[in-house]
Amino acid sequence: MSSTILDGPAGLVEVEEGVKIIPGANAIITSLDKVVNWSRESSLWPMTFGLACCAIEMMTTGSSHYDLDRFGIIFRASPRQADCLIIAGTVTKKMAPVVRRVFDQMPEPRYVIAMGSCACSGNIYDTYSTVLGCDKFLPVDVYIPGCPPRPEAFMDGLVKLQEKIRGEHMKWGAWR
Amino acid sequence: MEPKEIAERIKESFPADVREIAFFAGQTSVTVGKDSIKDILRFLHDTPELYFDYLADLCGVDYLGKKEPRFEVVYNLYSIRHRHFIRIRAEVPAEDCSIESAVDIWAGANWHERECFDLFGITFKGHPDMRRILMPEDWEGHPLRKDYPLKSDLGSMEWRGYTELLKTVEKNSQYEVR
Repeated sequence: MSSTILDGPAGLVEVEEGVKIIPGANAIITSLDKVVNWSRESSLWPMTFGLACCAIEMMTTGSSHYDLDRFGIIFRASPRQADCLIIAGTVTKKMAPVVRRVFDQMPEPRYVIAMGSCACSGNIYDTYSTVLGCDKFLPVDVYIPGCPPRPEAFMDGLVKLQEKIRGEHMKWGAWR
Repeated sequence: MEPKEIAERIKESFPADVREIAFFAGQTSVTVGKDSIKDILRFLHDTPELYFDYLADLCGVDYLGKKEPRFEVVYNLYSIRHRHFIRIRAEVPAEDCSIESAVDIWAGANWHERECFDLFGITFKGHPDMRRILMPEDWEGHPLRKDYPLKSDLGSMEWRGYTELLKTVEKNSQYEVR
């Protein structure tokens, strides 16, 4: 009976590039990359971690008006449950080892977003106490400029990160 | 009481210590020597007509190359009962960079003096807990001094904790899966 469906006039239907469904059989044919990347990008859980005024903008974006939940983005209060670290604010030299430790506690795969000019480059704070960009000690995936960035810009950065995750290849299992 | 009268009261009681009384933009400041600063502050706090019960702020100033002595500790005092202000500026020379602590008079001076010590290197004698408050404990130098480097790159003066972090990150980057 199932073969008649496969051989039927409909056949495999490509609903999206690289994703095919078998009509009536409740089954999808696609690559493992697609499934893994889809699940990762759709449940991006950032660490609840703010350093300065950018964190206020981050909280605003998380609140009901901008509603990050609709992207599957839910802030987690423990680095062990998070897979995305948003550096929201100025990183001081005193704070840098702490930020790095939070990052080190996160399980892989993990991503870093530098939110705001301070996290990207240190902004105007070329002073004794400030790290000029958190990429000095963290592997940054997305840079969001602005002082602070508006929630729209922040959300755009998160969508950019989702796009990046969507394009990953073989980043799962022991074969990566 | 008018600030001018307060300044005169200080000069009456401590004629040898008052160096200058300045009026600017409606504010009065009394520059004094540091030797009897505690007596002056105690006098301002304890005299019933003055009754400066609130230390609004305590901070340091570095006048490197502008005037001598190099440092100043500035006390901004307010009386909640009488609603009057006065500013006391105590001169601190670079050679003997210390001054009596005011923690016995206003407990709130504790953290202000620690901050002043941290950033200017002025030691407060008699302070119960003379440690750094903002910078890491093993930081070297006092960043708000005018001869301290201005840029983020401190070169050989860089804080050890930060250089160690950069070294560890460099070393561990080979295990990073990207």
